[in-house]
Amino acid sequence: MENIISVKSLEKSFKKHQVLKGVSFEIKKGSIFALLGSNGAGKTTAVRILSTLSKPDGGKATICGHDVVRHPHQVRECISLTGQYAAVDEVLTGRENLKLIASLKHLPNATQKADEMLKAFRLEDAANKQASTYSGGMRRRLDIAMSLMGNPQIIFLDEPTTGLDPQNRIAMWDMVKELAENGTTVFLTTQYLEEAEYLADHIAILHEGKITAEGTPDDLKTLLPRGGVQLTFNRTAEAKAAAELLNEYPVTFDQENPKTIDVTTDGCAAQFANVLTILTNANINISQFTQKQPTLEDVFLTIIGEKEAQ
Amino acid sequence: MRIISDSYVMFKRSMKISLRNPDAIAMAIIVPAFVMWLFGTVFGNITDVGYDNYINFIVPGIILQAVCQATTAAAITVNNDINKGIIDRFRSMPISKSAVLIGHVLASVARNTLTAAIIIGVAFIIGFRPEAFVADWLLIAAILILFMLAITWLAVICGLVAKTPESAGSMMGPLFILPFLSSGFAPTETMTGAVRWFAENQPMTPIINSTRALMLNTPTENALPLSLIWSVGIIIIAFAVAVQVYKRKLA
Repeated sequence: MENIISVKSLEKSFKKHQVLKGVSFEIKKGSIFALLGSNGAGKTTAVRILSTLSKPDGGKATICGHDVVRHPHQVRECISLTGQYAAVDEVLTGRENLKLIASLKHLPNATQKADEMLKAFRLEDAANKQASTYSGGMRRRLDIAMSLMGNPQIIFLDEPTTGLDPQNRIAMWDMVKELAENGTTVFLTTQYLEEAEYLADHIAILHEGKITAEGTPDDLKTLLPRGGVQLTFNRTAEAKAAAELLNEYPVTFDQENPKTIDVTTDGCAAQFANVLTILTNANINISQFTQKQPTLEDVFLTIIGEKEAQ
Repeated sequence: MRIISDSYVMFKRSMKISLRNPDAIAMAIIVPAFVMWLFGTVFGNITDVGYDNYINFIVPGIILQAVCQATTAAAITVNNDINKGIIDRFRSMPISKSAVLIGHVLASVARNTLTAAIIIGVAFIIGFRPEAFVADWLLIAAILILFMLAITWLAVICGLVAKTPESAGSMMGPLFILPFLSSGFAPTETMTGAVRWFAENQPMTPIINSTRALMLNTPTENALPLSLIWSVGIIIIAFAVAVQVYKRKLA
């Protein structure tokens, strides 16, 4: 499949602070691309450049075959941006917001299109209320509905689930999947590893202005630190005994609590079961059991650690 | 033409925002009507400026003062747009960049026109007796609309440079005072020293004098060309500055 977005050596500084230090990636048409990174990694800067709001200092970005700096108007014809803060007009009603975008995009049947969107985004009941009265989730839905007016080829979603409650977050995930199924290319930024893993066909990890790793979620899994369990016992002697029994796994003692050990596994249920069986057979009681998921921080540390080792 | 249709859509949006803002409505309708009544009746009885009728004398001054004050709403709405995500949405769409500003400006001129009409209406009720003909009224409308455009583009600059809507509003403050230091409420001949020099040379005076002369069918003298030069000059400069600030602010 052809690349709809192509970014080469993108650079951007604000005063003396270099935010993007040569970022490159390609995005295939109709796929979901996740730019994963912590706060301040440069995700929003990248989105602002690609959506023509900001100009890069160096490098090149092409969207739908048009250069974002030289032909911003053509790029705007093919994209839609949903920024980090809901970009709705609070004074206007939900319906009026949608109709405003429809008129600006010169869509025929603006009223009908607005009604369709209101239905699709479960906003019919609030259609004639001012957006200032909407909840966070409703505002975000209206925001995305506005972005989807006129069926853009690419939609940018800058941290679409930040600040949403779990229910709205899952609804958002379903919607992103649905968008891609209908052929829209989705460019999403997120701070959450599991969000990127669940949604994206392709993930690029942005860390301190550089892409430190990229690939499919499966590619990245091989790079990621493995999951594990944290076990706490009633007595320090038990913890020592357990560590010896579990010597087939990497085990580390917790620095603050000598009764606690961390056991690294492949993260699968079979190994967890094995750990528990070994301890149960030896009659060692576990007072606390916590499953450990790799965090974004662990991922960075692992990736950076591996790069340095090379 | 893209810019015309986009600006029209933005104008309709700005009008909707105005109609839902009780402050803007009060500033555009209720306050000016009250001020006209107050100056015409209460102060009119104690003021002798050499005219048979103080109401005939102060209508242009009241209009300019009310327009300056009501245009604060434009500074505030521009600032609101700039500081919220909506401007990024507009800028990432294939629409004319200045359409959102032009929309606010046209809505402001529409509000101001309503303000002027209400002041003239109230003035009529309490004793305003103009002697202008249709052609004079058209010329008056042209002078006032150019003035409204000039003030609104200044308000746009305030809205663009201010950090908060409140400070955008208060940056307009000096403009509220200017009509009082002009020929609007007392003839400049009655003033002395620096105040008189300032009143005679600031833009509000020729705009007020030409409007008054046309309303009362007296000679406009050089006030008419001077008022046009001032308004058009301010529009050109303020528009250019506003567009530059807008581009730089959002670079």
